[in-house]
Amino acid sequence: MKNAVISVHDLVKKFGSFVANDHLSFEVYEGEIFGFLGANGAGKTTALRILSGLSAPTSGKVLVAGFDAARDPEKIKKNIGYMCQKFSLYNDLTVRENIMLYGGIYGMRKALIRERCEELLERLRFMEYGNRLISDLPLGLRQKLAFSVAVLHEPRIVFLDEPTGGVDPITRRQFWEMIYETAARGITIFVTTHYMDEAEYCDRISIMNEGRIVALDTPDGLKNKYRVDSVEEVFVKIVRSGKISV
Amino acid sequence: MRTILYLIRKEFLQIFRDKFIGKAIFAVPVVQMLILVPAVTFEIRRVNLGIVNQDMSAESRTLVSQLEGSAFFKIRNTSFQEAEGRDWLHRGDCDLVVHIPADFGRELGKGNPVKIMVAANAINAVNAQLSWAYLNGVIRDYNLDILAQNPGKSSYLPMATQPGSVLKSEIVTPIAIGAKSDIPDLKSEIQNPTSDIPQIQVTNRYWYNESLNYKYYMLPGILGILVLAIGFVLAGLNLVKEKESGTIEQINVTPVKKYHFILAKMFPFVVIGMIDIAIGLVIGKLVFGLPFAGNLGLLFLGSFIFMVAVLGLALFISTFSDTQQQFMFTAFFFMIIFILMSGIFTPIDSMPVWAQKLDMINPAVYVMRINRMVLLKGSTFNDISGDLLMLSVIAVAFTGLAVNRYRKTA
Repeated sequence: MKNAVISVHDLVKKFGSFVANDHLSFEVYEGEIFGFLGANGAGKTTALRILSGLSAPTSGKVLVAGFDAARDPEKIKKNIGYMCQKFSLYNDLTVRENIMLYGGIYGMRKALIRERCEELLERLRFMEYGNRLISDLPLGLRQKLAFSVAVLHEPRIVFLDEPTGGVDPITRRQFWEMIYETAARGITIFVTTHYMDEAEYCDRISIMNEGRIVALDTPDGLKNKYRVDSVEEVFVKIVRSGKISV
Repeated sequence: MRTILYLIRKEFLQIFRDKFIGKAIFAVPVVQMLILVPAVTFEIRRVNLGIVNQDMSAESRTLVSQLEGSAFFKIRNTSFQEAEGRDWLHRGDCDLVVHIPADFGRELGKGNPVKIMVAANAINAVNAQLSWAYLNGVIRDYNLDILAQNPGKSSYLPMATQPGSVLKSEIVTPIAIGAKSDIPDLKSEIQNPTSDIPQIQVTNRYWYNESLNYKYYMLPGILGILVLAIGFVLAGLNLVKEKESGTIEQINVTPVKKYHFILAKMFPFVVIGMIDIAIGLVIGKLVFGLPFAGNLGLLFLGSFIFMVAVLGLALFISTFSDTQQQFMFTAFFFMIIFILMSGIFTPIDSMPVWAQKLDMINPAVYVMRINRMVLLKGSTFNDISGDLLMLSVIAVAFTGLAVNRYRKTA
């Protein structure tokens, strides 16, 4: 039986009279790569911020790693990693200093942080960058590093908000290899994107439009249902029909 | 608890990685001390004096030469015409014009009361009053000399009266120095009259700052302002900068405790503030010869609590500022009020009662008092315990507000 590590029931988030998330309900299973798709402004980031405890839901029930997002956001934060579309490591600290900082914040032992840090630098072939400032690194390297830092403490779930925005295709591919490796270790991946080829890599995808989830299935399931060859076509069909219905 | 050490390390790294800030936080207090301590003073020297002397008798010349001999006055202009005196004031050549009327010497010789007119530029009321007081001192000496030389003729002893308030330089109030004859008649057989004139001799001693050195008065206050500026601006901007760059979001999504984050932001600046105070004290001692009458430990204790209060408020403000601009605007508002109402320039006792009440939450008030009392008066812990307590209450309150207002979940 699949074990739900995120379960959302009737989630509503309003900003004044604007409804950003309109009665969302879905589950994410342990160890899967869950793609969260939608046009710009569809409400993806809002939902992701609620799931990661950065924003409080207006109503509805949200359980992440067994904790209620409305009542215990700090407990959720212990169990998740987070990487935001806006690059968020400290630019004026070196690679090693950033790793030490975040390891320390998650309460890891110093020896363990050092060990993971060197391991990570080696795996990313990053050794020569260890003592360089983040601001000196090319964007692709920064994104990979940010992802590695987000999973440094081996969280149960990692939230990725458009992690590959502005990155070249080769780096994107390498990035997705890292995601696969991480998922293989049992860490659940929750990723928002608007690259439709990336959606194909996900175990399951949900498509949001104007605050609602309009489709949720495996990529193949969706392609069969809409009788098309790619997720991109599924997306275009759904979003277009959604617009017309409004 | 280990988490906070990682955060403190990060803050220190970031402060000193900025090459300019890393140096400026130690250079600024040195420069400020060297400039402000000698420059900010109430001492009045060389008041520009104008003399309109229509008399030209020996008596009037004696008065003029006594004014000339005073260290406080510098005679810029002399004339025979009253109109010229007005021009000097108008043009700002003179701050004080003394008008000696034509019959001054003659009337004085007859033993009649005489008047001289004094006009003061009172745009700066404090300056005008002080110059007026100095002038009165010279006239008093002059009177005593006349008395001593002419025993028995007491009726012409002029006494100074207060000048009326003058608001603009254009409107100058001529001041009459009226005569009063309230000194008892002297016996004619007195040989050496000066020593035997029955009068109250005031001998005074200025306590705690015997030489009335304004540098000693200003220096302890400037020590407070120095760390106020550093703590307030740098710490507050630091947090707002994290908001602008988005790094705070990455922190907010971790399980870090709010008070860990806020205290870690405060800690480096408290340390830097203490070092700055130490630098300031060394300069005070070596350059200005400031006496350390009291226990420096108390001074550091006071400054420590003061820094916490200031940083608490700065961080509180930065929790609701989204941009560095918003923060600076609000911070300047508070800083100017704190400094001008701190009692560094003007006594708190002379402020209206409502302002004094308001001033109870101004941390600068307490640190001014503590610094001055400890450095100049040698006050002990018991003397300043009330101020320390109030300062602590403010520090805890502001820090509490900052922690409370800082939201990790919006």
